[in-house]
Amino acid sequence: MKKYIYLDHNATTRPRPEVVEAMLPHLKGHYGNASSIYQMGQEERKAIDLARQQMAKLLHVHHPDEIVFTGGGSESINWAIKGAALANRDKGRHIVTTNIEHSAVLKTCKYLESLGWHVSTVAADWHGRVSAAHIREAITRETVLVSVMHANNEIGTIEPINEIGKVCREKGVLFHVDALQTVGKIPVSVEDLHADLVSIGAHKFYGPKGVGALYIRPGTRIHPLMHGGSHERNRRAGTENVAAIVGMGLAAELAMTDMKADEKHVRHLRDKLEKAILHKIECVRMNGDPEHRMFNTSNLSIEAVEGEGLIIGMDMQGICVSSGSACSSGATEPSHVLKAIGVPIELAKGSLRLSLGRENTEEEIDRVIEVLPLAVERLRGLSPLWSDYKKGLRKSVITGKNT
Amino acid sequence: MTRKVVVAMSGGVDSSVAAALLKEQGYDVYGITMRLANWQETEGRKFGGCCGSSEFYDARSVAQSLGIPHYSYDYVDKFRGSVIGYFKDSYLHGETPNPCIACNQHVKFDALLNQALALGADYLATGHYARIERRTEGKGLSTETQSSVLSPESYVLKRAVDSSKDQSYVLYHLGQKELPHLLFPLGGYTKVEIREMARKFGLKTADKPDSQEICFVPNQDYKQFIEEEVPVEQRRPGPIRHKDGRVLGEHRGLPFYTVGQREGLGLAVGHPLYVARIETATNTLVVGDKKDVFADTMTVREVVWGAGKPPSFPLSASVKIRYKHAEAKATLQSVDVDHVSVVFEESQSAVTPGQAAVFYDEEVVLGGGVIDRVS
Repeated sequence: MKKYIYLDHNATTRPRPEVVEAMLPHLKGHYGNASSIYQMGQEERKAIDLARQQMAKLLHVHHPDEIVFTGGGSESINWAIKGAALANRDKGRHIVTTNIEHSAVLKTCKYLESLGWHVSTVAADWHGRVSAAHIREAITRETVLVSVMHANNEIGTIEPINEIGKVCREKGVLFHVDALQTVGKIPVSVEDLHADLVSIGAHKFYGPKGVGALYIRPGTRIHPLMHGGSHERNRRAGTENVAAIVGMGLAAELAMTDMKADEKHVRHLRDKLEKAILHKIECVRMNGDPEHRMFNTSNLSIEAVEGEGLIIGMDMQGICVSSGSACSSGATEPSHVLKAIGVPIELAKGSLRLSLGRENTEEEIDRVIEVLPLAVERLRGLSPLWSDYKKGLRKSVITGKNT
Repeated sequence: MTRKVVVAMSGGVDSSVAAALLKEQGYDVYGITMRLANWQETEGRKFGGCCGSSEFYDARSVAQSLGIPHYSYDYVDKFRGSVIGYFKDSYLHGETPNPCIACNQHVKFDALLNQALALGADYLATGHYARIERRTEGKGLSTETQSSVLSPESYVLKRAVDSSKDQSYVLYHLGQKELPHLLFPLGGYTKVEIREMARKFGLKTADKPDSQEICFVPNQDYKQFIEEEVPVEQRRPGPIRHKDGRVLGEHRGLPFYTVGQREGLGLAVGHPLYVARIETATNTLVVGDKKDVFADTMTVREVVWGAGKPPSFPLSASVKIRYKHAEAKATLQSVDVDHVSVVFEESQSAVTPGQAAVFYDEEVVLGGGVIDRVS
């Protein structure tokens, strides 16, 4: 009997049991340094090479050596952007990205800005979709890199990467895709994306945390982020975390096998959950692109509810969800993604992100459908605005109507 | 069914032991630390106690060792308005505020209490030294047995067993709306016993010193706080006048003084002088001898009664006019629906407008209000 009902798969996923099994030997007796000459090292080298092949297959990459292992998705993103910017700094110092990117992209760009680079941020529309035409407009003769995410982690919107990639090709600029939310879930082919750099994180597709990868198209000029030993063909120094890499490789292989069935299963549960919530709770709005959206994600703005309270309330009922805001240091800050797509600040604070995974069951979804409306109603009891709305004194911000 | 309780955890030893006791008693315990300021802004400046980020980490560490969930929740805006705003306003009106009471009244036992109930908890608990007793109404205030089928339940707030730590004074505003949903696990113990329990529970905060100061005044420098937060036009220097009429000197701005204050007047007249009255209308600080600081009568405004309705008047009660004050016998008369006049049997020193006046009947808190006028 599971302790929690887990609906935050975009944040992280549970490593599959087979993945954990595959990792264990490399934490126990098989601990050799994969770069060493002796057999104990060679055995680990073999395991890593296998994992590399598994990753290459998942991404439809020609040669496994185009996959470099890193310490996680954030490292891959940092490396792609900083590495490409530095290596091409004589060609230009302009980067184009979007206003809905993950903070790993945005903070890295901000950092480069502080060092003299210029960054243009293309705005997404109110569904969170960025247009290739706008990207094209933003590219100048100084542009060396475009960075766009494949699917947004908060609202699930899938970007027109194929079109954007074509534009970058045409303009001769490097194209980095943050594919953390799509690899292992939907088919991802680096050719189809027309991408030069693709960032991947294992823990998003039922692999372990602390390991990721960067796909680098041959010919791409990029400086290392990690200097030191000659690991990963001199591209990323650091003794390989064989256990984690092996785990990621197997997770990739399993993802390929189960991708279709998992999508069907999860999409069904997500649709059921979202439909029920929109039906049972009034004044709720879905955020994201209904046509181009990840099958597991449902981001909802719930009027007159404090998101933080909703998360805590749900946790007290054993259900894990997340919201559209971060609160680590003081007053709650609403998400930049919701802000970018035009959600008013109060609604943004009352947003709920449900992201399902392959292990969610029909019973779990039924329980959430039962519990969530009650939690929302109790929290709405704290809101004077809601009480006015129920009395007919105020119109809903979402529906524009009286109750 | 297991009852759920949210414990307000400040990171201090009291709330830590409260959480530990409730868990031992079989409740489903959830710790919440209130965020009262933007922690990034406060890093580096030392704040006393309560709800800055090091307090959060202490509370979290205690929650981890007890094996209970721990959350923080945003009350930054509410605190700024209801506590810090009130604090400044009080000084601007020539009064001396008690921000801890404002925090209890508007943040802890209003916003946080409602939040806890909305989250599905049955109770909110804190580490305050006080007791709550459930009574069925019979004649007088007797407990238990005398119950008729129709007699309603009521709750009373009582002093803590440890009179040196009793905090019922800062909880006087709690009434029938709040008390049924509150738990004060520490009220029956002494501070010494609590620290012993903390050690027994293995809490890392067992030896943490008690926080005595105002939590939002950095470095305990309330003068600097006034200087930074109150614009100069609202705290201009003015005359210091003796009760007999003589102007003796100049004060630096009324917010820097409180009734009964002796230090920092900057006057050398050969014998000690004390602040007797703060007159905002004329921007004057009135001083006098020690006897001039005594008063017999005061009016109290914003009066609330724990029972939910006023008692019959005239009422004999013990009245406390300051947190550290040995209460005094007095007779209360109703002035209007929320004003009461209080005549002390013996004159009291430094009756200060803005402070809370709390009325007791033996152990029980009857109610209280804000000291308004003094004569």
